[in-house]
Amino acid sequence: MKLPIYMDNHATTPCDPRVVEAMLPYLTEQFGNAASRNHPFGWAAEEAVELAREQVAKLIGATPKEIVFTSGATESDNVALKGVIEFYGHKGKHIVTSPIEHKAIVDTARWLERQGCEVTWLPVGTDGLIDPAEVSKAIRPDTVVVSVMHGNNEIGTVNDIGAIGAICKKHGVLFHTDAVQTAGKVPIDVEAMGVDLLSLSAHKMYGPKGIGALYVRRKKPRVRVAPMVHGGGHERGMRSGTLPVHQIVGFGKAAELATAEMESESARTLALRERLRAKIEAAVPETLLNGSLAHRLPGNLNISFSFVEGESLLMALRDVAVSSGSACTSASLEPSYVLRAIGLDDENAHSSIRFGIGRFNTEEEVDYVADLVIKAVAKLRTLSPLWEMHQEGIDLKSIEWAAH
Amino acid sequence: MAYSDKVIDHYENPRNVGSLDKSDANVGTGLVGAPACGDVMRLQIRVTDDGVIEDARFKTYGCGSAIASSSLVTEWVKGRTVDEALTIKNNDIAQHLALPPVKIHCSVLAEDAIRAAIEDYKRKKGLG
Ligand SMILES: Cc1ncc(COP(=O)(O)O)c(C=O)c1O
Ligand code: FES
Repeated sequence: MKLPIYMDNHATTPCDPRVVEAMLPYLTEQFGNAASRNHPFGWAAEEAVELAREQVAKLIGATPKEIVFTSGATESDNVALKGVIEFYGHKGKHIVTSPIEHKAIVDTARWLERQGCEVTWLPVGTDGLIDPAEVSKAIRPDTVVVSVMHGNNEIGTVNDIGAIGAICKKHGVLFHTDAVQTAGKVPIDVEAMGVDLLSLSAHKMYGPKGIGALYVRRKKPRVRVAPMVHGGGHERGMRSGTLPVHQIVGFGKAAELATAEMESESARTLALRERLRAKIEAAVPETLLNGSLAHRLPGNLNISFSFVEGESLLMALRDVAVSSGSACTSASLEPSYVLRAIGLDDENAHSSIRFGIGRFNTEEEVDYVADLVIKAVAKLRTLSPLWEMHQEGIDLKSIEWAAH
Repeated sequence: MAYSDKVIDHYENPRNVGSLDKSDANVGTGLVGAPACGDVMRLQIRVTDDGVIEDARFKTYGCGSAIASSSLVTEWVKGRTVDEALTIKNNDIAQHLALPPVKIHCSVLAEDAIRAAIEDYKRKKGLG
């Protein structure tokens, strides 16, 4: 076993070696510009891009022409909201979304609010799920687009996108979902799920960074988005810029591997996740699982270790890459907005650790991490005045703390 | 963020962890911070009749820098008089531990803890 162990696969994933192998020729011999229509270098590049487009489309049950390559999911999310509002804004300026979306949606929606749009922020259950009935209630005659993520990047909860898609169809409202965390882990079918726009990012599915896609439905209905990046009219006018062929090839290969291996891989990561959870929960009292267990990404475990602050725990896990919702780990010194939105109190948000198990994690690594966590929590609790007070039966809520 | 060697040392081998008897008239207890803010420090001192801090104990819920700051001040206050201990400033702590700017508040909390413990001691002794 090699240290450090990477168990932060929601943040990013390493490129699969098969992806790298597929990409390499497109950095050297096959370096052509896919837009060069008059020589073999361009033709080879274009062919490679079109194959990748098919591979990505297949992963989500789309057709190749519905895939627009972008620089990543941040751009896809931006285009999905801003591009749709720019195109359909004359029909209305109301957006429905949730407070647990990735910042790429939350901050874009906030920006649109400042530009005169109205945003309804859906309530989120304490289990971290969006109730489709709430979407139904939030839709108004002037609603243009609903954006609800498929899988959450912190707590791993997986929303019932099919149910939300059906509601949007019924009301004639466009439906966007950020499927960055679910792509390649949970089956996605844009037809069956009634999705009109969908964001993907290659680096969360063992592809390279800096490349993503926006799925834009072509039929029933034909969805239009105004471009955010203007120029040579690439990607059917929706996203100008010379295509990064090697990145796209890598993304395509990653999608092909995901399509072929999703079932077995998700079963394996789920088993590892459950092994980690069982070991920790058996040995550590006073833990909280954040987010629904039943509707959850296979590799995600988000746990609060009460009375222990998350960053100090990360410090003990020095050989392990995981992340925490603690304010102390963030530049803003605010605890995770996702954990807050599901109603977790600040102290347990500070105490949360997110484990993200992926393709390359092993059982040996899981056992090592579990042991380390168990020891570290025990040690930090001997240092924790809150743990001592809790042991003495003092209700921490009864104390008047001087907030600072 | 990379931690300084001193922070790591105090985090891995915290000095003077534990509790002193709160009801002892010579013991002062300072409890500062708030769980909701992610940091709570409890510093206790035992003071001899001639005003010298002879023992100190801490427990801290907080980041590594907060743990290190409180561990460090237990070492620093021991052997000092109460008035000398009051001259310890958060800057000294931050400098000694090479804390980055976002972690300065952890050292502020440690300074607050010293004050709170001494105030508690003085109150008990009717010196306040
Ligand atoms: C749910 C979700 N959406 C969007 C993004 C942004 O993706 P990218 O890094 O490709 O811009 C991320 C990754 O941080 C994510 O987890
Ligand atoms: S206790 Fe939060 S940054 Fe130190």
